[in-house]
Amino acid sequence: MSPMARTAPVPAATDPAIIRNFCIIAHIDHGKSTLADRMLQLTGAVEQRDMKAQYLDRMDIERERGITIKSQAVRLPWEVDGTAYALNMIDTPGHVDFTYEVSRSLAACEGAILLVDAAQGIEAQTLANLYLAIENNLTIIPVLNKIDLPAAQPEKYAAELASLIGGEPEDVLMVSGKTGVGVEALMDKIVRDLPAPTGDPNAPARAMIFDSVYDTYRGVVTYVRVVDGKLSPRERIQMMSTRASHELLEIGVSSPEPKPSKGLGVGEVGYLITGVKDVRQSKVGDTVTNLAKPAAESLGGYQDPKPMVFSGLYPLDGTDYPVLRDALAKFTLNDAALVYEPETSAALGFGFRVGFLGLLHLEITRERLEREYNLDLISTAPNVEYEVTLEDKRTLKVTNPSEYPVGKISEVREPMVSATILAPSEFIGAIMELCQQRRGILGGMDYLSEDRVEIRYRLPLAEIVFDFFDLLKSKTRGYGSLDWKADGDQVSDLVKVDILLQGEQVDAFSAITHRDKAYAYGVMMTGKLRELIPRQQFEVPIQAAIGSRIIARESIRAIRKDVLAKCYGGDITRKRKLLEKQKEGKKRMKMVGRVEVPQEAFIAALSSDESKDKAKK
Amino acid sequence: MPSALPLGLPAPSDGVLPEQAREGAAERNFGLYVHIPFCAVRCGYCDFNTYTATELGGGGSQDQYAGTVHQELTLAGQALDASGVPRRPLSTVFFGGGTPTLLPASDLAGILSEAVAQWGLVEGAEVTTEANPDSVTEESLQILAAAGFTRVSFGMQSAVPHVLKVLDRTHSPERVPQAVEWARRAGLKVSLDLIYGTPGESLEDWRHSLTTALSYGPDHISAYALIIEDGTKLAGRIRRGEVPPIDDDDHAEKYALADELLTAGGFQWYEVSNWARTPADECRHNLAYWRGDDWWGAGPGAHSHVGGVRWWNVKHPRAYAAALTPGTSPAAGREVLNDHDRYVEDVLLRVRLREGLAVERLEPAGRHAIAGLIADGLIEGADAIRGRLRLTGNGRLMADAVVRRLLPD
Repeated sequence: MSPMARTAPVPAATDPAIIRNFCIIAHIDHGKSTLADRMLQLTGAVEQRDMKAQYLDRMDIERERGITIKSQAVRLPWEVDGTAYALNMIDTPGHVDFTYEVSRSLAACEGAILLVDAAQGIEAQTLANLYLAIENNLTIIPVLNKIDLPAAQPEKYAAELASLIGGEPEDVLMVSGKTGVGVEALMDKIVRDLPAPTGDPNAPARAMIFDSVYDTYRGVVTYVRVVDGKLSPRERIQMMSTRASHELLEIGVSSPEPKPSKGLGVGEVGYLITGVKDVRQSKVGDTVTNLAKPAAESLGGYQDPKPMVFSGLYPLDGTDYPVLRDALAKFTLNDAALVYEPETSAALGFGFRVGFLGLLHLEITRERLEREYNLDLISTAPNVEYEVTLEDKRTLKVTNPSEYPVGKISEVREPMVSATILAPSEFIGAIMELCQQRRGILGGMDYLSEDRVEIRYRLPLAEIVFDFFDLLKSKTRGYGSLDWKADGDQVSDLVKVDILLQGEQVDAFSAITHRDKAYAYGVMMTGKLRELIPRQQFEVPIQAAIGSRIIARESIRAIRKDVLAKCYGGDITRKRKLLEKQKEGKKRMKMVGRVEVPQEAFIAALSSDESKDKAKK
Repeated sequence: MPSALPLGLPAPSDGVLPEQAREGAAERNFGLYVHIPFCAVRCGYCDFNTYTATELGGGGSQDQYAGTVHQELTLAGQALDASGVPRRPLSTVFFGGGTPTLLPASDLAGILSEAVAQWGLVEGAEVTTEANPDSVTEESLQILAAAGFTRVSFGMQSAVPHVLKVLDRTHSPERVPQAVEWARRAGLKVSLDLIYGTPGESLEDWRHSLTTALSYGPDHISAYALIIEDGTKLAGRIRRGEVPPIDDDDHAEKYALADELLTAGGFQWYEVSNWARTPADECRHNLAYWRGDDWWGAGPGAHSHVGGVRWWNVKHPRAYAAALTPGTSPAAGREVLNDHDRYVEDVLLRVRLREGLAVERLEPAGRHAIAGLIADGLIEGADAIRGRLRLTGNGRLMADAVVRRLLPD
């Protein structure tokens, strides 16, 4: 077994032959961060006294949710047979919303540790990322984690992994990130099994950006993997997609705290600081070259991030609008995938329509906005982007039901996804029922092992953005996992359902749904609102309509009594204070025509029952 | 909208009022309220400041209570004089509780005579005591009438035994006509207090209570919707599901029935919860509250108002008695109303009266709301056009909502 390296290789002067670049592919909760912590300790990269659990997950939200949103790279020294190696561990986002970021992180590596919980087996997203890794020609080291758990079934899941990637079940390493068992052997195996990076040290510099993070003090910190040539401090670099050039103010490696170096050579992984303030100028997937001696071709694989899910974000208190505006502007500095534009809702006031990569991206962003800026936000039901063609052949993109055209529509196209669901085979029936309700078309089904199955469906994205994942979890008692990727679009029979309060349309409650589901939506929403809106001084009809056709109706009876019978022994003060309290309560109401709607009603009506349950926990 | 003045500014120990209290005092009526904080039993719905123990200690106990109130009346005279408020004879005196008639009639008579000695009474002044039908005799009512009382208000509440039981009222329904008869013989005007909307009370039960009350021939009837106050025994029973919760729709229906039967029985409403046989039978002390007149409230927890200054005494009888050393006020706190507060109160209080509110008193925002209130059937259109804002039957049930619309800011 190898001790920690006595002398670590020096950055900028490291032979590619002693470099190993790897990432860890794992599902949430399968112990990736704990394993990473163990490696940091074992290699001496982090002193015992500085160690805090899940060192690499910088944001509180990441630590709380146990997921990594933003990846980083850490350089770890490790010695095998007397040779000191430099291992670069590139952390990858663990969620399906961030597939593109994952693919760029994978492209920076030669190998991947496939880390699977020995008590749970592989999950759909892990499988998806494994496909990506194999596509990128990465060498895979299969590892079962948490073997110390009583519920661990190492033989069963070792066989599952072996059948997925080839090889024998005995080749699967057994570790425990918690106790440290097997971690040293894993480090040795990384050195022995993973190929060293290759590249031309004399060619013009080419480095791939796999992450880009905004830091309040330093501006944008860009993480790169050098493929060819060398990057040095003070030289001018160029971003090949935008042709923008910057001076390299600082270059270095994370170990894991940033350490400036004399540069980065072939195969090395590190960070660049140019003083730019916006991550959009340093895009994930882009190629960095030397301005004076530029490469002819980029490394390829760059894509602009494409938002898939849209939601209106509104401050509960209208005076918070400038705070939300500034907060979103700051967020986009660090999140190239976030797009937004101002929007006005008759019911909710001033807010923003915000585009996200997926539902988790939406939830995390909203939660961070609320927490870091002390905002109370209403988010409208998530929408996808529809392409509406009118009879006059004009085509519109619609991300908000209120923009849905009123005129004659000849065709509506909606985005589709191909979804992969992994679950124990006993839940096949429940999963198929759910997918069929959501207008899914079965694409195929394979058994991963005797009792685990992979089911593939093509589904409208709109059908999975709201509560699909929650339902999948509940129908499979928590065992089901989901991965999806965009898969073109299709023409669908879609309609817009409006909700009217006392004849007045409430834009926040409008929805675009399949025609067959319009009635169910109308009944559900009118029923919900009848419960949520307090009685008024007059009767309030609540209707759901497609165009001018009413498809569902409810009504709220008028309140008949609103008076205190007496004042107590001349205590007029109490009565006046009560009036002030009542008027204070009224301020928290939004007026829809003459109807007073409490803000809580908007929140409750726009959230699924599952997410309400979550809020209670 | 936090008020410019916090609730409960400290009240000075000598009870002297700020200057604004005396402005225009000569034009305002002056009344006296005396709180008697004792009951034989505490009713399940009641959160008033009242105590069942006869021995509360010191001047707070029943047998010494009249002497304790006397001390406050002496202080009241001194404090008003020192504040420059001119001495005015009392227009109304009202003994409330609690159950004032738990004290010997001679004690009540003694307190009244001390008040009269202090301020005098106007010609035809109204002097009322509340009473439980159980706690009066023909003799005690005679004593009160002889001492100058003009009116007695009986807590009848209901004529239905199962309703009285939920309310924990101890009197038997047959006791009421007897007490009314005695009061009549003593020459006292009679008012009956009724409560509607008690858990388990049917519409027919309520109809029976109303017709029974009318059959006793009172001059005045008050009908109050039962309010479930936090912390009362009844609130606990509802929370535990032992009795059904109260229902606003049920209250609305019963209010409408009360107004219908009382009107048919020759009564007319003059305040949201009060009906009188003739204008002369209206409770003038009650009207004084809604009209913003001046009154001194004596006794633990009693509220007072003089010229836009409101204050209230410490709540517990024993603390009250202890605070009342000679020359020291038992006030726990007070507030001095600014112009805006006084406008709000004016609207809030006068709207409840049949005489209503002069439209010209309203600020523009309030006048702006009038057309909508007429359209919604909450105020009388013809009266509004004549310059008077008066609630309709539905409007009386929605009076608080009407006030919010008249005071939109």
